[in-house]
Amino acid sequence: MINLDAKVPEGPLEDKWTNYRSKMNLVAPNNKRRLEVIVVGTGLAGAAAAATMGELGYNVKCFTFHDSPRRAHSIAAQGGINAAKNYQNDGDSVYRLFYDTIKGGDYRSREANVHRLAEVSRNIIDQAVAQGVPFAREYGGLLANRSFGGVQVSRTFYARGQTGQQLLIGAYQSLSRQISLGNVQMYNRHEMLDLVKIDGKARGIIARNLLTGKLERFAAHCVVLATGGYGNVFYLSTNAMNSNVTAAWRAVKKGALMANPCYTQIHPTCIPQSGEYQSKLTLMSESLRNDGRVWVPKKKEDAVAIQEGKKKGVDIAEGDRDYYLERRYPAFGNLVPRDVASRAAKVECDKGHGIVSTGKGVFLDFASAIQRYGKSAAHTQGINNPSATKIVELGEAVIKEKYGNLFQMYEKISGENPYKNPMKIYPAVHYTMGGVWVDYNLETNVPGLFALGEANFSDHGANRLGASALMQGLADGYFVIPYTVGPFLSGEIRTEKISTDAPEFAAAEKNTQDQIDKLMNVKGKQSVESFHRRLGKIMWEYCGMARNEEGLKKARKMIRELRAEFWSDVFVPGSKDEFNPELEKAGRVADFLEMGEVMILDALDREESCGGHFREEHKSEEGEAKRNDADYTYVAAWEWDENEPKVHKEHLVFENVELKTRSYK
Amino acid sequence: MSLTGLFLILFLVIHLIGNLQLLIDDGGRTFNEYAYLMTNNPLIKVISYGNYFFILLHAFQGILLWRQNASAKGQKYAVSTSNNASWASKNMGPLGLIILAFIVLHMWQFWYQMKFGGLPTATYDGLEVKNLYGPVSEAFSQLPFVIFYVVCMAFIALHLSHGFQSAFQSLGLNHKKYTPAIKFLGTAYSILVPLGFAIIPVFFFLFR
Amino acid sequence: MNLTLKVWRQKGANVKGALETYQVKANEHMSFLEMLDVLNEDLISQGKEPVAFAHDCREGICGTCNLVIDGRPHGPQQGTTVCQLHMRAFKDGQTIVVEPWRAAAFPIIKDLVVDRSSFDAIIQAGGFISVNTGQAQDGNAIPIEKDTASLAFDAATCIGCGACVAACPNGSAMLFTSAKVSHLALMPQGKVEHEKRVQKMVAQMDLEGFGNCSNTGACEVECPKEISISNIARLNRSYVGSVLSSD
Repeated sequence: MINLDAKVPEGPLEDKWTNYRSKMNLVAPNNKRRLEVIVVGTGLAGAAAAATMGELGYNVKCFTFHDSPRRAHSIAAQGGINAAKNYQNDGDSVYRLFYDTIKGGDYRSREANVHRLAEVSRNIIDQAVAQGVPFAREYGGLLANRSFGGVQVSRTFYARGQTGQQLLIGAYQSLSRQISLGNVQMYNRHEMLDLVKIDGKARGIIARNLLTGKLERFAAHCVVLATGGYGNVFYLSTNAMNSNVTAAWRAVKKGALMANPCYTQIHPTCIPQSGEYQSKLTLMSESLRNDGRVWVPKKKEDAVAIQEGKKKGVDIAEGDRDYYLERRYPAFGNLVPRDVASRAAKVECDKGHGIVSTGKGVFLDFASAIQRYGKSAAHTQGINNPSATKIVELGEAVIKEKYGNLFQMYEKISGENPYKNPMKIYPAVHYTMGGVWVDYNLETNVPGLFALGEANFSDHGANRLGASALMQGLADGYFVIPYTVGPFLSGEIRTEKISTDAPEFAAAEKNTQDQIDKLMNVKGKQSVESFHRRLGKIMWEYCGMARNEEGLKKARKMIRELRAEFWSDVFVPGSKDEFNPELEKAGRVADFLEMGEVMILDALDREESCGGHFREEHKSEEGEAKRNDADYTYVAAWEWDENEPKVHKEHLVFENVELKTRSYK
Repeated sequence: MSLTGLFLILFLVIHLIGNLQLLIDDGGRTFNEYAYLMTNNPLIKVISYGNYFFILLHAFQGILLWRQNASAKGQKYAVSTSNNASWASKNMGPLGLIILAFIVLHMWQFWYQMKFGGLPTATYDGLEVKNLYGPVSEAFSQLPFVIFYVVCMAFIALHLSHGFQSAFQSLGLNHKKYTPAIKFLGTAYSILVPLGFAIIPVFFFLFR
Repeated sequence: MNLTLKVWRQKGANVKGALETYQVKANEHMSFLEMLDVLNEDLISQGKEPVAFAHDCREGICGTCNLVIDGRPHGPQQGTTVCQLHMRAFKDGQTIVVEPWRAAAFPIIKDLVVDRSSFDAIIQAGGFISVNTGQAQDGNAIPIEKDTASLAFDAATCIGCGACVAACPNGSAMLFTSAKVSHLALMPQGKVEHEKRVQKMVAQMDLEGFGNCSNTGACEVECPKEISISNIARLNRSYVGSVLSSD
């Protein structure tokens, strides 16, 4: 058993970070110049970390498989970023953000990490504003906020429906500045394929130059992974096509641990799948649930009529609609957390009330909001007794101002006008709370290997609240890792520059080359894509919104068979010595085929329902998730083994919050 | 490009006002006196040399730009489209070259004759001036010349239709309120001024 | 629907390429890229090399996809990236010509994939605000007028796809560069180093081999984020000003 020491500092919760920061070992500026750091990934966490460590004076090498750091998938985050600023005077505080996050995560995250996150959340907004991020503002010129699911305060900062884009551009610009100053050496179109360990410490990586196909060696005193989540295990997800688990997974194969892999977030508001050819799903921001009401027809025959295209949503009378979230969860209504909203949609669709041809869809309706805003706008403009059409016109204008780009995106994809007909939505895989195990320093069990952002497991427990991913990515990158890398690197100031001639580099390179050769030499019949699609189906069916023991066991068998089939019948066209996207994809799918198995094992191991992990065997009489705090208040960290992966446990200690049944009723 | 262009736009108006005197039915007296003034007044001499310089500079800049842009453009698309920009705006270079050729011919035909040619003279109130009116009415009595001039004016109109408003954009003079007005003015200018020039040969051919 | 595709195939940077013709069966709910996926699956099943094309988020925000469809960057639909373009915009039996971005500063890597690192170089030349992490004052310390912030945002929506360059008959990157200059110039935080930024970014743009702006306006029409050429005017204004006032 590996001893998983979280290294949480002593002292009261609210002082831990301040005290720790004040007393930790630092690296003097003259030594920073001699120390090299590798950062893999240029999303919010990676770009922020590389830029900030560059500013501090470290020699940073930064890697992305994209053609530019600006393409990382953080760019697609829509809704916003949380911060405990309490600008709205509505009772927000660092503690409340901490508490909401712990509760939202169904009491499966580490208290100290989450509190630190809540503390630095405020600095992130300041930093982003200073970088020129054009956040939404009120007429008085001050920052605007909106609400997100699972909380009762308005603490989400946003930039229309493109908050991730604006924050990533901010980080990208800071990174660009460090590149131009020579503090960061940027390697675009380089994919990390192996971690190099020397004397047990992470000392470098093997990366494939995607343009030439050559394997290259890069050495540093430590390695930081900021490579995102593994949602694409499911094939269909809201992740970008190229998002993958490869870098993190190769690190796991070198001894890091994959923590809580079964915690995946299924986002309730995505555009439903329209056919087999579909390559990805598109998210509709959670912010829409501020004003949209979720419903399905009360009568099954209405639902069937809609499925067959004989009726439309607007044809269903008000009394025949079941606003099931408002009915089941009156306190939070349409703004319940994501896991709750997703499961509720599944329940209705499983009962046969779905409203798209596949039966898998529910309505998100803005008609009430249009009426409400229309009346209010008419009043403001001094229009007495406005006509019904005038109210709709004014109301639609307000909705357009708030969500215009999202409505436009919906119309482009679905071909339907969401102002006139309610949106059709269905849950889809969106984010993975699980990730590489890290301690309070964001350091993995491999000394010198760190993991940030979605790539680590640390802050969201079993379910992430909306607008918290951007917060965590930037917190880790700007305000945590630049400090917490200190305790490790301060012990390395006497270490000479790491040489890529070390035998460990040669061995890792050979290992990587062998795998590429193996992939190229299968010369089978089936495309990489077809394997990925089949894996996704298994995962969604048996390890998706609801899981049970029988299904999971079956799925594990199926995945192992699929993996064997992959290695005997996959066809990778082209050659290894050139730009070859199919080869890149093949390596990634090979890793997903292993990652999927660990997810299933974790889901099997966790005999409880919590957050995004819902075991059908463990639910209350009302069908709500039932946790088992006595036996499962731990982080499950998996060690990879081809035959039988092993689980290691870090017990979670709650000293500041009381574990309660999560209720949004 | 924009500054020289704007200067030439201004010049065209002055030039048109002068030329329109050809239409006055006094056997060319007003026009000949005007032509004399233009070649003998020292202030106007300075301005006209400036003008020649600007024409050459504009052409030189244009050719330089054209060459730089051609090398920046990369390979041609298999399908070309004019859906996204006006034809004139995409062909300012070729249009400019045609216009330059026209200017050379035009200057040789009239300006050179006036300056260095042995034109017969006319005397008004004791002042002896070169009779430029003669070669003008002579040239415009021939149909090929009339067609040539009218067609060249059409090219100038196209060149101006983009050039006018483009000059303002290049100088950064773009404003929600004023840009539509500039665009309207540009369109009106690029139609009216070349039209004014084109009327002269047509008028001469038909009525003189 | 049955489609005839003429797709640009080019093995590598220094190899001659040509249009090749393929037949594809698609349906109108597919996105254009999903239609290409179908083509590629088909090619792979025949043991042939699939068409290399750049793509990632497939929701119109990452700026990776870059196809010129029938002569128009990102295809016929206004304000849309290729990944958001759906086949309902085309007719059954249509012939569609697919080419990569063409500009000297965007050399072709393979088939439809081009190298746009010249854009990164322009940003690295000055497309940022020089602030280190931790130096920031409170986010509400400087009020910013709502409309100004909104105007800055309009410029900041640039996804760096390069459609402006692809559409420009001069291969100019003025819309891209001016969008960044405008975004930062409009925010009070960005005003401080505005003039230096403009000069550096314009110089870098020339160095990368982009052409000059001749105000055709094609960029604005093809920009998937509908960024206005008024940003170019703003850049021109600042550039003239900064050249005149610099010592």
